[in-house]
Amino acid sequence: MQNLHVRSALLSLVILTLFLGIWEFANQPPEAKEALTEYEMLMGGSEPQARVPNPSEIGKLAIEELSQPFYDKGPNDKGIGLQLLYSLKRVLSGYLLAALVAIPVGFLIGMSPLMHKALDPFIQVLKPISPLAWMPLALFILKDSEISSVFVIFICSIWPMLINTAFGVSSVKKDYINVARTHELGSLRTAFLVILPAAAPTILTGMRISIGIAWLVIVAAEMLVGGTGIGYYVWNEWNNLDLTAVVFSILMIGVVGMVLDLLLARATKLVQYVE
Amino acid sequence: MSQYFLNAQGLTKSFPASDGGEPLTVFDNINFGVNEGEFVCIIGHSGCGKSTILNILAGLDQATDGVVLMENKEVSGPSLDRGVVFQNYSLLPWISTLKNITFAVKSRHPSWTKQQVLDHSMKYIEMVGLKGAEQRKPSQLSGGMRQRVSIARAFAIEPKLLLLDEPFGALDALTRGMIQEELIKIWSQSTQTVFMITHDVDEAILLSDRILLMTNGPYAQIAESVVIDIPRPRNRTDIIHHPHYYTIRNHIVEFLVKRSKELANPETRTVEAPSVSGLRYPPEVNPATGSVQENMYPLTGKEDAA
Repeated sequence: MQNLHVRSALLSLVILTLFLGIWEFANQPPEAKEALTEYEMLMGGSEPQARVPNPSEIGKLAIEELSQPFYDKGPNDKGIGLQLLYSLKRVLSGYLLAALVAIPVGFLIGMSPLMHKALDPFIQVLKPISPLAWMPLALFILKDSEISSVFVIFICSIWPMLINTAFGVSSVKKDYINVARTHELGSLRTAFLVILPAAAPTILTGMRISIGIAWLVIVAAEMLVGGTGIGYYVWNEWNNLDLTAVVFSILMIGVVGMVLDLLLARATKLVQYVE
Repeated sequence: MSQYFLNAQGLTKSFPASDGGEPLTVFDNINFGVNEGEFVCIIGHSGCGKSTILNILAGLDQATDGVVLMENKEVSGPSLDRGVVFQNYSLLPWISTLKNITFAVKSRHPSWTKQQVLDHSMKYIEMVGLKGAEQRKPSQLSGGMRQRVSIARAFAIEPKLLLLDEPFGALDALTRGMIQEELIKIWSQSTQTVFMITHDVDEAILLSDRILLMTNGPYAQIAESVVIDIPRPRNRTDIIHHPHYYTIRNHIVEFLVKRSKELANPETRTVEAPSVSGLRYPPEVNPATGSVQENMYPLTGKEDAA
């Protein structure tokens, strides 16, 4: 279906052009009706109302920003790439810590009905808590905004991984377990040779959901704690009333989120098996 | 002490009823023995607990009552001494055919070198005619090929007892016939003791030294033990011309159609000595004691013609 690919790409392009075109032309500044006053001249034109920036302005900014993404001119002026890297660092450390906890604990819950029943109430209560609700407590206990934001990422990405690992492990087909048992595999060999590969697609799906949530949450967390990161950047530009930069950074958040998801999707494909 | 290699004594399996009523007893007081090197099939209708018996022999399931002795030692859990071939092949789908066998061989011989494991595994892959397909994943093999891999894996660990749970049940008739012959070939080169579940009377006669017939559940029993005295080597085309073939076949079919039901009736049920009335051929072996009972009606030429 090469044809389908080409046709869908064309259609996407048409939709994008239409959308940007309408945005651009419906969003022109009103014509100046009278001569500019001295003050308006000083301010560089007459715009009685702030407008959402046009695609062309955003594009211009994007080229400018992306041509030097890693510059650093003090706390309020850092390149977009640098800000994204700060956020990615927090997301990845919180996320990896969560994986280190969630996968073994998920294994335990999946293997042992006793642990499942015992831990289930905690999970059910903790899971629906908005990760940002932990922020004050984290700040108080950890006394460090950086570590607190990592903790918030940790706590929000742990649940999908934990639940999916437990589910994946507990629903490994009995046949595979019987193969392990009839071949007298020890518990470690059973875990790594049979249960882990059998549950891997489900575990990876949980990890994919988690990275998505972590990326959603980091923006909000950084808006709260400030300092660095893409969330802080958005909020900072809003305070600067630079809406062009706000829209641009929104786009960048989307692009990075998509890349993270693609990477996990690729990893999921690697461990997928056909029965 | 029994003279049997494998001895099932008084096996009972019952499941507690979900509503707290009387527990469901699938089979009750099952006794039989299997000699070393013997190929024994068990036939019975669905629901009589054949698979449960096999799982108990394998050590994967536990009997409510009774014991299984192998070489006079109680079976208390799964072991590499008892290889199992499952109906759905049970290959690990995420590794190649070869690795499906090497992991089993490695478990059997932890001290072997990589090369030893590989050579041994390849020997069995060749034996089932899958050389060239060893790098494929199970999903890239046909049903027949997968079952061959499963059989190769079971033989490769050289268990003392091989348990086959309807191994050909999911295969089409042509493939089934081919693999049956391969199984006989492999089996005859080994001294493997085999216990196999089947639904197919012809398959059972072709393969077995002895066929155990089970009555319907609940309270299923092993009612008869039919010795197949057709000489080996057997093959599918010649075996049907043997004078005993249809006598045996008719006897078993009649059992399955008629008597498996009658004997399941609690009124007519017997435990210790299976009913011999109506049995014309072949000799009856009391599964509990191993004593052979004389034919009541020896075979005559007249019946051959029939």
